[in-house]
Amino acid sequence: MSSDVTPTSKPVKTTGLHIGEAEPGCRKVDPILIADGVTRTFGGLKAVDVDHVEIPRGAITALIGPNGAGKTTFFNLLTGFDKPDTGKWEFEGRSLAHVPAYRVARMGLIRTFQLTKALGLLSVLDNMKLGAKGQSGENLFRAVFPFIWRKQEEEIEAKAVELLTRFKLDAKQTDYAASLSGGQRKLLEMARALMSDPTLVMLDEPMAGVNPALTQSLLDHILDLKSQGMTVLFVEHDMHMVRHIADWVVVMAEGRIVAEGDPHTVMENPAVIDAYLGAHHDTDLGATETENVEAIKELIDDEQ
Amino acid sequence: MIDWIQIFSNAAQELISPTTAAYALAALGLAIHFGYTGLLNFGQAGFMALGAYGYAISVLSFNLPVWAAVLVGIGASVVFALILGIPTLRLRADYLAIVTIAAAEILRLVFTTNTFEAITGSAQGLNGYKGSFAALNPIPKGTYGFGPFQYNEYDWWLRIVGWTVVVLLALLTWLIMRSPWGRVIKGIREDEDAVRALGKNVYSYKMQSLILGGVYGTLAGMIFILPRAVVPANYQTSLTFFVYAILLLGGAATILGPIIGSMIFWVLLSFFSGFISRAVEAGWLPFMTQVQAGQLRFILVGIAIMLIVIFRPQGIFGNKKELAFVK
Ligand SMILES: Nc1ncnc2c1ncn2[C@@H]1O[C@H](COP(=O)(O)OP(=O)(O)OP(=O)(O)O)[C@@H](O)[C@H]1O
Ligand SMILES: [Mg+2]
Repeated sequence: MSSDVTPTSKPVKTTGLHIGEAEPGCRKVDPILIADGVTRTFGGLKAVDVDHVEIPRGAITALIGPNGAGKTTFFNLLTGFDKPDTGKWEFEGRSLAHVPAYRVARMGLIRTFQLTKALGLLSVLDNMKLGAKGQSGENLFRAVFPFIWRKQEEEIEAKAVELLTRFKLDAKQTDYAASLSGGQRKLLEMARALMSDPTLVMLDEPMAGVNPALTQSLLDHILDLKSQGMTVLFVEHDMHMVRHIADWVVVMAEGRIVAEGDPHTVMENPAVIDAYLGAHHDTDLGATETENVEAIKELIDDEQ
Repeated sequence: MIDWIQIFSNAAQELISPTTAAYALAALGLAIHFGYTGLLNFGQAGFMALGAYGYAISVLSFNLPVWAAVLVGIGASVVFALILGIPTLRLRADYLAIVTIAAAEILRLVFTTNTFEAITGSAQGLNGYKGSFAALNPIPKGTYGFGPFQYNEYDWWLRIVGWTVVVLLALLTWLIMRSPWGRVIKGIREDEDAVRALGKNVYSYKMQSLILGGVYGTLAGMIFILPRAVVPANYQTSLTFFVYAILLLGGAATILGPIIGSMIFWVLLSFFSGFISRAVEAGWLPFMTQVQAGQLRFILVGIAIMLIVIFRPQGIFGNKKELAFVK
């Protein structure tokens, strides 16, 4: 899972995000999202067990960790798609506990899914338009009178086309989303999430399956989001991408936050190596772990 | 010999019959539920029963005028939709299916039971509620029409009102389905979590859809009883399945589909029943009695629908491209 594209320009990293030591659960200068004691168990398995974590505003934060670490489950809990057993969390100072998913989204916290959710039998353009907020025509009574919503619809369409062009999907506007390839669906989902001008975008593996040439332009786009003042939190297994664009990295393993730090120092943390290789990395490695080993090797190589 | 003219002219009459209009409207309601929103409502017969009984009881027991009786029926179906929807619309789609099928049966049994005979007429049902509707008829007494379509003033009045309601609601459906509201509704059909993640209150939209399609069913129930009596046995689960057959025949997520589907369904049914019963009379089918022949028409309609679904699975008006994608 490595992209061979070398970055054209070095992105500007945001620094000075944290207060005190860069340790798990460390405080941030200006946190946008704060989670406290959030736990979720499935049967006997504690999938998420986060004591405290703060996501810095206006920066790009990567959430990394081996398969099954609980990243997606944590995303689901934060965005109201799953209910935690315990814990509280707040977004821009407002508590999100018991807030239904659609309200979380309206507050400006938009997420994408690891298993892409393109709306297959809607056109690509309709998928995009659905993402826009505050549409008066979405009310059943006003829907009957097109003159009420036509103007807003045109604005939304212009915006959708602009975003589609940026994501190289403009030629597919009128096609059903079901006819897109897997990578194109990822792009569509991300573009759709941006239709609502969110303050925080949470992307679950946005680059999985996207070809390297496009990855580069997407990375630029994510950096662009940052320069527009958006906060980005993303899950990614591609360490090159993490290193390239993340300002801050949070490492999860077995449901817990095991390390935090800027991308260059966090990789040297022994807890991270343990997380990826397992506590038994001196013993024989199973086939499933080789991929993780590759990833961490790449990282260590990159650092040198 | 077989009187083909008679068979064809009877079949042609079904094109504009009030029953065809009623089924078209009920199917249009299901198109909103199933075709556009993806809600599995198997209780459309219940909504139709509420229209039929709501109207008839309002007129007979409470002496209400036509408009008030219509509103009572609509009100009853809104309440019914809320009762069905509140507990189930947050759950997986199958729960709605189970609850609607059971609730429609419960309604039918409540209307059938002797306990409320004074109001519902129990198994005999109700009649004698048509006076106030007929009184609104502006058409002078007499017989009008051409070809096979010869009717008296009441029958024309019935057809005009019935089909006007169908056309108006078809236009309304067309309008809302091409609006942003319709986009959200279709999005929910595709993946409700994705729509939720975009900040739409999915539960509320599903409820709106359930109520709206249910009200269509209720109005269909009212049109259905104007040419006949209210009989509880008409509102069995098989009624819902006939409406589904019509919907799939025409195309589930289409506006014209349910209407043309209903016409085809009733014309075919009438044609087969006319043909078989005369064929038995003429001795063409010596192994069959008239009673058996009455059942055979449903078998033939079933086969005809199967053929259409096999060779045109998207329905008559459906978009072939949609089927290219297997979910
Ligand atoms: N609905 C569920 N029911 C039971 N167990 C679950 C459920 N969802 C997740 N889990 C378990 O919780 C743990 C965390 O899963 P999660 O999907 O959050 O991992 P992840 O960090 O996103 O992994 P990946 O990088 O592979 O996507 C896993 O062990 C998984 O088996
Ligand atoms: Mg995951």
